[in-house]
Amino acid sequence: MSSLLVLAIIIAIGVVAFVIGRQRAAAQDTGKVKPHSRAHYHGWWAFLLAVLPAVLLLAVWDIGSSFYLDRHIHAALPERTADSKVASEALDASLVKSLAKGLRRLDAGTPLPATFAELQPLLIAKGVALASDTQDYMIPIAVDANTVQDRLGLFGAVVTFALSIAGAFYALRQIAPRARARNNVERLMLWGLLAASTIAILTTVGIVLSMLFQTITFFESVSPMSFFFGTVWDPRFAAAGSGGSQGQFGLIPLLAGTLYIAAVALLVAVPVGLMSAVYMSEYASRSVRSVVKPALELLAGIPTIVYGIFAVVTLGPFLRDLSAALTGGSPFIQGQSIFTAGLVMGVMLIPVVSSLSDDIITAVPRAMRDGSLGLGATRSETIKRVILPAALPGIVGAILLTASRAIGETMIVVLAAGVAANLTANPFEAMTTITVKIVNQLTGDLEFNSPQTLVAFALGLTLFALTLVMNIVALYIVRKYREQYE
Amino acid sequence: MNIMTEQSLENAVGDKMNAKSNEVIKMRGDKVGVFYGEKQALFDVNLDVRQNQVTALIGPSGCGKSTFLRCLNRMNDTIDSARVTGKITLDEDDIYDKNIDVVELRARVGMVFQKPNPFPKSIYENVAYGPRIHGLAKRKSDMDQIVESSLKKAAIWNEVKDRLQEPGTGLSGGQQQRLCIARAIAVSPEVILMDEPCSALDPIATARVEELIDELRQNYTIVIVTHSMQQAARVSQRTAMFHLGYLVEEGATDKMFTNPDDKRTQDYITGRFG
Repeated sequence: MSSLLVLAIIIAIGVVAFVIGRQRAAAQDTGKVKPHSRAHYHGWWAFLLAVLPAVLLLAVWDIGSSFYLDRHIHAALPERTADSKVASEALDASLVKSLAKGLRRLDAGTPLPATFAELQPLLIAKGVALASDTQDYMIPIAVDANTVQDRLGLFGAVVTFALSIAGAFYALRQIAPRARARNNVERLMLWGLLAASTIAILTTVGIVLSMLFQTITFFESVSPMSFFFGTVWDPRFAAAGSGGSQGQFGLIPLLAGTLYIAAVALLVAVPVGLMSAVYMSEYASRSVRSVVKPALELLAGIPTIVYGIFAVVTLGPFLRDLSAALTGGSPFIQGQSIFTAGLVMGVMLIPVVSSLSDDIITAVPRAMRDGSLGLGATRSETIKRVILPAALPGIVGAILLTASRAIGETMIVVLAAGVAANLTANPFEAMTTITVKIVNQLTGDLEFNSPQTLVAFALGLTLFALTLVMNIVALYIVRKYREQYE
Repeated sequence: MNIMTEQSLENAVGDKMNAKSNEVIKMRGDKVGVFYGEKQALFDVNLDVRQNQVTALIGPSGCGKSTFLRCLNRMNDTIDSARVTGKITLDEDDIYDKNIDVVELRARVGMVFQKPNPFPKSIYENVAYGPRIHGLAKRKSDMDQIVESSLKKAAIWNEVKDRLQEPGTGLSGGQQQRLCIARAIAVSPEVILMDEPCSALDPIATARVEELIDELRQNYTIVIVTHSMQQAARVSQRTAMFHLGYLVEEGATDKMFTNPDDKRTQDYITGRFG
């Protein structure tokens, strides 16, 4: 019996429990005693008691039985010897599992041939393709595995149904005019909401931990000193086990590239974004605002890869040709450069800066504007001397949030600034960033436990720490700003 | 106490000396109407503001008194949907004329708001703000002079002289309002408009601000919107009663509170409605 079917039946039991519970509670309300909870709360409580424990049991049972099945298959496999045909025991077991899965597709009652050579055409006729090194001895094991699985599934389903019905009965028995079903339901709601909000936190912890362990493995082969302070990035894609030189994993060129490109991007995005925010919040009439603001935010909806294409196909060559024309021959701006990447990334970030700053500027109380205008200040004097200073902490927070986006950006840099890890101060040359190198290291055809791959995790963790610090600082500043007018 | 008596003596003398200028019309509203979008909020108001006098605008909520006040320095311009008809003059010049610079007008007709709204800057910078944007002080010492005299005129100097660099938002409500008055005085306006300046203050702070308004009358022309009958009676020489967007009646405060012409004024000041 499949888990999905079991789940559907449990929910059906729950629905029945809901209907009965509600009716029962309504029937008990004779008007003599004021009922504590309304009838539908009793119904919901019965539903929840019928469904939740049963679903939890189902999940635990499913996980447990798959473990059990695994062990069962491993125990049934023949002892491994030097001339075993399959490379490893894990591979052996997985071949059995896919064979077992395939056998289920065969029509019931089909006589099973003893060899895989005869079995394969039957399976192929059913659309099941299996690896050709599936061995004959696996067939009985697979058949046995299927029987065990069926038995486990059936037993689990029966236990689950029993629990579900028991839960429903328990809840229905409890129904009384003064029973506190509403409080019970509310408490479960609270737990549900708590669980939802915990997911994000747990995921973050999980991400950090998964990177942390790989990073520790990486630092076993490369010293942290040479990673954090090395000035050369040259990971040497040596073949696995060749024992050649390890290469150098210097973070500095990547970090410099990341910060350099982010700085150029902010240099573009902050003034333009801020000025457009000022225009929209202070000058634009309502009709202009209703057109310009969504249009600007449309810019934020363009995928970054599209910006990258624009940079590499249009802007990069244009700037190169322009610089060539200016010097009359050799271009001083390369096709892929920090300048191009920063410029395009800056355009991408304009809506981020402007919409965040717009909210912050609008939040400055009207009394501040009136006070300044009432003293005979012009609009721009009011903005420059009262509104922007008052909004400054919030704007700084917005800029830091924007900066952490700039630091995390990948696609634009890959296309517009290239993948060469140079260390240069010239904005017209190619440089690359941490994110680009993470992609680079992980997409190579490399052994997973080599430092060449593991360095990606060290880079990721560094980036995570960098943006985390920026976000914390930004949030701190924004929160401080909120207290200003209170 | 002695100082107070001296001060009030001075005021009395000042009043006598200014007796003649009392009759000078500083601002004049002629058939002033205000629309917010389609809705008309003010109808055909004819009202004169006399120099070196306090003119109080009274009336129930929503009667248009604040709207009229905001017309006097064109603060209604900052509201997109607002439209003003009729004519308002300052020293005989139409302030809604195309040639009038609204910024210059607001420097001559300053405003103090209902809720104290000091800028989130230091006390010194709050007062120096106006003179700075209008370039009234060439040197730092000039600016110090302006700040000190403005704070003195607003009767708050003694409380803040040792903490000029602290934020203005850290003061108490009454002190903040006097700081805002000092800020308005600092640009040497001719007229000061006050929109319920005491509504957010406690009785003691209110008394101090009222005292201050009476002192300021010597040098400035003041128009004040108030919900408090007693306040209007205490601080003003002329009173104008608004109701439902119309000016009901206008006259000397003494007469308005003892023997008003209109029954609505009578009802309002005796508390029968409003």
